[in-house]
Amino acid sequence: MSAITLTVNSRSHTLDVDLTTPLLYVLSDDLELRGPKFGCGLAQCGACTVIAGGRAIRSCVTPVGTMDAADIITLEGLGTAEKPHPIQRAFIDEQATQCGFCLSGVILTAKALLDENPKATDKQMRQAMSTVLCRCFAHVRMLRAIKRYAREAGV
Amino acid sequence: MRKRPAAADPPTLTTDALAALNRSGLSRRDFVKGAGVLIVGFSVARASRILASGPAAAQNLGVSGDQLDSWIAIGDDGRVTAYTGKCELGQGLYTAQTQLIAEELAVPFDHVTLIQCDTALTPDQGTTSGSQSHPANFNTSNLAQAGATAREALLRLAAERLQVPVEQLTVEDGVISVRTDPSRSVGYGALVGGKKFSLQLDSGAKRKHPSEWRVLGKAVPRSEIPALVAGRFEFVHNVRVPGMLHGRVVRPPVVGATLVSVDERSVGDLPGLVKVVVKNDFVGVVAEKPWQAIQAARKLACKWSSGVGLPSHGDFHEQLRHQSPTRDTLVVDSKDVDETLARAASVVSATYRYPYQMHGSVGSSCAVADVQGRKATIWSATQAVHPLRQTAAMILGVSPQEVRIIFKMGSGCYGFNGADTVSYDAALLSQAVGRAVRVQLTRRDEMAWENYGYAYVIDQRVGVDTQRRILAWDHEAWYPTLGSRPRSGTPGNVVTGFLAGFKPAVFTPRMPAPDPRGAYSNRSNAAPSYVAGCVGGRCGGTGTVKSERVLTHNARSPFFTGPLRSPSRLQNTFAHESVMDEVAAQVGADPVAFRLDHLSDARLIEVLKAVAQKANWDTRPSPRQGIARSGVATGRGIACVLYEGDNGYCALATQVEVDQDTGAVAVKRLVAGLDCGPISNPDGLRNQIEGGTLQGMSRALLEEVTWDEEKVTSVDWQTYASLPLGFEVPEMETILINRAEVEAMGAGETTITLAAAAIGNAIFDATGARIREVPFTRERVKEALASRAAQSSGG
Repeated sequence: MSAITLTVNSRSHTLDVDLTTPLLYVLSDDLELRGPKFGCGLAQCGACTVIAGGRAIRSCVTPVGTMDAADIITLEGLGTAEKPHPIQRAFIDEQATQCGFCLSGVILTAKALLDENPKATDKQMRQAMSTVLCRCFAHVRMLRAIKRYAREAGV
Repeated sequence: MRKRPAAADPPTLTTDALAALNRSGLSRRDFVKGAGVLIVGFSVARASRILASGPAAAQNLGVSGDQLDSWIAIGDDGRVTAYTGKCELGQGLYTAQTQLIAEELAVPFDHVTLIQCDTALTPDQGTTSGSQSHPANFNTSNLAQAGATAREALLRLAAERLQVPVEQLTVEDGVISVRTDPSRSVGYGALVGGKKFSLQLDSGAKRKHPSEWRVLGKAVPRSEIPALVAGRFEFVHNVRVPGMLHGRVVRPPVVGATLVSVDERSVGDLPGLVKVVVKNDFVGVVAEKPWQAIQAARKLACKWSSGVGLPSHGDFHEQLRHQSPTRDTLVVDSKDVDETLARAASVVSATYRYPYQMHGSVGSSCAVADVQGRKATIWSATQAVHPLRQTAAMILGVSPQEVRIIFKMGSGCYGFNGADTVSYDAALLSQAVGRAVRVQLTRRDEMAWENYGYAYVIDQRVGVDTQRRILAWDHEAWYPTLGSRPRSGTPGNVVTGFLAGFKPAVFTPRMPAPDPRGAYSNRSNAAPSYVAGCVGGRCGGTGTVKSERVLTHNARSPFFTGPLRSPSRLQNTFAHESVMDEVAAQVGADPVAFRLDHLSDARLIEVLKAVAQKANWDTRPSPRQGIARSGVATGRGIACVLYEGDNGYCALATQVEVDQDTGAVAVKRLVAGLDCGPISNPDGLRNQIEGGTLQGMSRALLEEVTWDEEKVTSVDWQTYASLPLGFEVPEMETILINRAEVEAMGAGETTITLAAAAIGNAIFDATGARIREVPFTRERVKEALASRAAQSSGG
């Protein structure tokens, strides 16, 4: 066990953890965050996605020990149910989900891409989303919500 | 004193009634002494009797004290709490049921709180499954009728208070007023104020007509979505109990292996390890932290026997055909099929194959259990809280009365996924350590051991005359099952129960099948839409073909199986709607026109026509003329069905592109139509249709469980493919046919039932190649294209 300081959603946390622990477990169990979720543990589905250093990463395969300098943003770091971030607002407006378990992967992957490349083409978006799964297949609405966000937020 | 309708002043409350009141924001003191409440019990008399008499009297009534029926409660602030045994699974049912209560009670949507699926609080409405939940609570019983009962009672109270006949009153937003003088009014809260009313559910209470709807029928946004998109929603995966530990299970390495020994010293030096738990062949570990539990489970040295061996994957369907014994069922048998086929001008014979498929929830299954002595609380994403209570009690060796199951939404399940088995896992581990334990399965444990959707092999023979009329239809199917939902008594129906020493339910062999009896039932869509469905002289089918035989053989599966969205209905419909297309092609008929020629049901005809029209259906026989033998070919396909024979009329048109050089299929456009009666929430309905259709597309194109000689090899998203967000999503249109005058039907499993057939038919239209086995992988498409070439070159 070692001490580590993590910056998550603009708050600093000092924790005593096994540094090989995947970041996901620290976020969801030590910090009791509900956004990032265990889906596969293999970086194949996206449910554990967080944004770190501006990039969407898979927290289920990222040792927490590598994250001490990073600024980590989880799904709840964007906005709240009452004051959602524009991309979250777009998902509410489009009713773009069913069970919602996959939303960290869907929303944060899209946001990271659009933040980096506001003019991302459909092909680039498909590429970014190629390992994000939604098994309810709310794809039609999700892609509509992402486009709405890109349009309305002017990103 | 004014006379009150059905008033009661219960002196005591059962424990669970008290808990329910507390959850509603009312204390026992409030209830007995202070604030009023109006309660409607769901089943006649029981709730009010229990409320009035307490647990002792309840025992005398033959009802145990904690089998309290649910109710609708209206507090003296006018707020409504309703209790339902049908749960939100991501399909929008929480919102639709809230709309229903708000509508029948004439209160604003946000004045209603719904308590769902908790064995201590909600009625036993069985399982949330089979597209039956919306019909169950929206038709003639349960929630809808409880709401109507309460509204009528409140109107009678208001009539006394305002001294006018009920007929002169109107109600809106929880306020009852005199039609001709709206200044004379009284709110629900004031009517209830300080008093207690316990009503029996009135089956004669009048439901609102859809023309009067103000909340139902509207695209009310789903209640959970803001919390879901903000990462605040509490899934079962997020349940945290004080002092909670983390468990992990160790499943056998191969199918049928039994535990020989466990070497606990292999994990003796691991930090945080609390206990290694063994019960028969069930093995698990409990640790302080999840990562510690994961490492312990990986390192634990277990010695297992060899497995039982598995039938070869390559010719599994052929082996299925020869299994014995089987349980055989005749859905219909007109007894003249063989003779009719013998005199037909031509007969189309074809065999269709469908693989085992997975629920494959994005989140692997999770549960939290807290077993203290003989009492247990389990937070579970099960679709069936009351049945799970019974079987979890068996697993734990305690009384069901001591077990409470609290539903918490999990990752979308699409049927019977790992939610129940992981609930047993958590219960066993918690019992062993006497503390709360959370268990989430690994991806491999989820996929290698879940209750798969059924594989099928289906033979079809369809005979036609010279006038393009189908004369006879013969359907024979084989499908393997093992286990399934544990219901109330078979925990061995899932892997954990089996490993812990319980046996799965086995079917009783029945060969040959007895003659069909009673009324025609097409629950599994084993009979095609085009037969008359005549049993005992009465015909209940949607079609015209009178010479009909539908025979099914249930065989034993080497893997656990269970309901997967549109169980059997999808597999059967794939075969029916594909062969219908083959017959249409054989006689040179347009696929839509040929279907219409053999349908008798007006609603199915209407939805089929509506979809064809919206899809700009190009009326001509398939395949299209002048197909090039290479490059990209385009085609259109159609399929339709009355889901479960009585639970949703649907049709689906597809447009596909087939790359004949690679075998890749791209679906470009989907037009789905549904008539499921009166529509409660059109946007929720569209969401279900869109998701179901695309899920059906993923299953048609990619999904298949594979195995080797001893174990399942589809254990992650590399070895079991699913269409990701990044695929080219087709243009998707939905047509909703709204009918006010009929009963509500299901929606969630309708259009998924059609996807494989409609896509396969479009591939045929584009290329002239027929694919009779799901999934339509590139290899299979190329094979079908090659056999097309061989056929044509052979003359």
